[in-house]
Amino acid sequence: MFRQIEGSRAVAEAVALARPEVICAYPISPQTHIVEALAELVQAGSLAPCEFINVESEFAAMSVAIGASAAGGRAYTATASQGLLFMAEAVYNASGLGLPIVMTVANRAIGAPINIWNDHSDSMSQRDCGWIQLFAAHNQEAADLHIQAFRLAEELSMPVMVCMDGFILTHAVERVAMPAQAEVDAFLPPYEPRQVLDPDDPVSIGAMVGPEAFMEVRYLAHAKQTLALERIPQIAEEFAARFGRTTGGLVRTYRTEDAETVVVALGSVLGTLKDTVDELREAGLKVGVLGIHSYRPFPLAAVRAALQGARRVVVLEKSFSVGLGGVVSTDVRLALSGLQLHGCTVVAGLGGRAITKASLARMLRDAVADRLGALTFLDLDQRMVERQLQREAEIRRSGPVAENLLRDLGTVASKVH
Amino acid sequence: MLQVRIHGRGGQGVVTAAELLSVAAFEEGRHAQAFPSFGSERTGAPVVAFCRIDTREIRLREPIVEPDVLIVQDPTLLHQVDVFQGLRREGYVLINSRRGFDELGLGDVARRFRRERLVTVPATEIALRHLGRPLPGAVLLGGFAALSGLVTLAGVVDAIGHRFEGRVAAGNVAAATEAFDFVGRELQALADVQAD
Repeated sequence: MFRQIEGSRAVAEAVALARPEVICAYPISPQTHIVEALAELVQAGSLAPCEFINVESEFAAMSVAIGASAAGGRAYTATASQGLLFMAEAVYNASGLGLPIVMTVANRAIGAPINIWNDHSDSMSQRDCGWIQLFAAHNQEAADLHIQAFRLAEELSMPVMVCMDGFILTHAVERVAMPAQAEVDAFLPPYEPRQVLDPDDPVSIGAMVGPEAFMEVRYLAHAKQTLALERIPQIAEEFAARFGRTTGGLVRTYRTEDAETVVVALGSVLGTLKDTVDELREAGLKVGVLGIHSYRPFPLAAVRAALQGARRVVVLEKSFSVGLGGVVSTDVRLALSGLQLHGCTVVAGLGGRAITKASLARMLRDAVADRLGALTFLDLDQRMVERQLQREAEIRRSGPVAENLLRDLGTVASKVH
Repeated sequence: MLQVRIHGRGGQGVVTAAELLSVAAFEEGRHAQAFPSFGSERTGAPVVAFCRIDTREIRLREPIVEPDVLIVQDPTLLHQVDVFQGLRREGYVLINSRRGFDELGLGDVARRFRRERLVTVPATEIALRHLGRPLPGAVLLGGFAALSGLVTLAGVVDAIGHRFEGRVAAGNVAAATEAFDFVGRELQALADVQAD
């Protein structure tokens, strides 16, 4: 049934349809509406016997999820930004132990400077933590991915992170088809754990492992992610057959068939990119879009297959490895090893900077004309940067950078235009 | 695609108004996308919310910089924020005020747009009468339905019914209906003047 609904609410209801048994979370923007809505559903008794556990921090949230999952419960939590960093040690433990927890990350920048707005720095900081990372392009996909995530996590016994753009998706009210409970029940069987803490059949989980077997445990985790490369598209196909819409999967292409230039991206910017590509196509430019929906495992073969017919590849990403450049780009380059493709990295939308169709069109026109540099920061205010550099060259005590830039702008409080 | 920008202050229901408008359009079978200007919202601080309406899926995620419709919930913003920025020449403007455009010091601005698409509504007064609280959001949507015909009053009433219950819903429906009638009369009066 179609509903006009806030993204956070849609995700909360999708999680509820998956019949979670333990939900634990600590509030942090922009994830808060999701767990608030789930807390209300638990309190109203509509999720019984699910327990909602208020915790004192994100570290505790993930620790409780680990305990609940180890005891055989279907466990869910959500976080963002510094919250994800604060739980990082437990995040690695969840995957190291092979516990199928599902977590929403409402993507938000990481400070300092403190910033509540959207980019992908938080998820990307945990890309090597052993969790599967799925990225939603819109709220329908965000809702659907949670249902697919529980299925995938429990089949493989490994945790799944569903990443959705903070505010841009979590706070957007749009049309979402919410499935019926019976349909979800038919798609997602009850959780059958591979390992469980059961007083009647005691085991220990979490042994110390020395050099004699640590490599093997790690290798097995990688082998499981490799298996996920097969299961993710299969589960997406099964979902499509049952629910009548295609969401999830490893990658999805848009107008790439004869494209000479393909722009690669993750998350909600794919929508704006598709509109931009439609306009550029009308102007005769052969451009297309490749959306990556599974970032971990990274679908090297699927990315290579989608890009090998192109002449140029632009990776547009909301993340940035200081001192190197792109994060996603590095992985895309690996997928393109040996192919003579012209590649550019465009860092965009950091800290909530709006990514506009006009800027994307300008950037893509530059790319098509081979005027785009190897590393570009979309809509960077070069004058602002130069003014600060000059200040630093002139005086030793140039003061705090963030405060200086805000003073130059005459901004009293931060805002997004 | 129709793009609506709503300006107001934190606590006035700006985000709720954008959401209600999207629900009204959804109920009429269209696609709609409502979203706030994401920030740490504080009571009284200038707030902007957006709504896109289309007959097909809306994929665009940028803030609305060239609106077709401008709704201003708080007239004290008029000389603080450039609310008219980017408004299309054919655009609609609805301002919550007892005063007209000239009295608000907007005579020059108003002459850049189509006169029959500009209207002020005493939405706060109407809201106070029906709700006992100065919440002009739903009221202005009733006015917008009359001004543009781009959503129907029935759609707005539907949306109110989805969001509110009991007395609050009834009060908002009555207030939106009064604003709808008010704007209808204003447009008629304007048409009469233009005919003379």
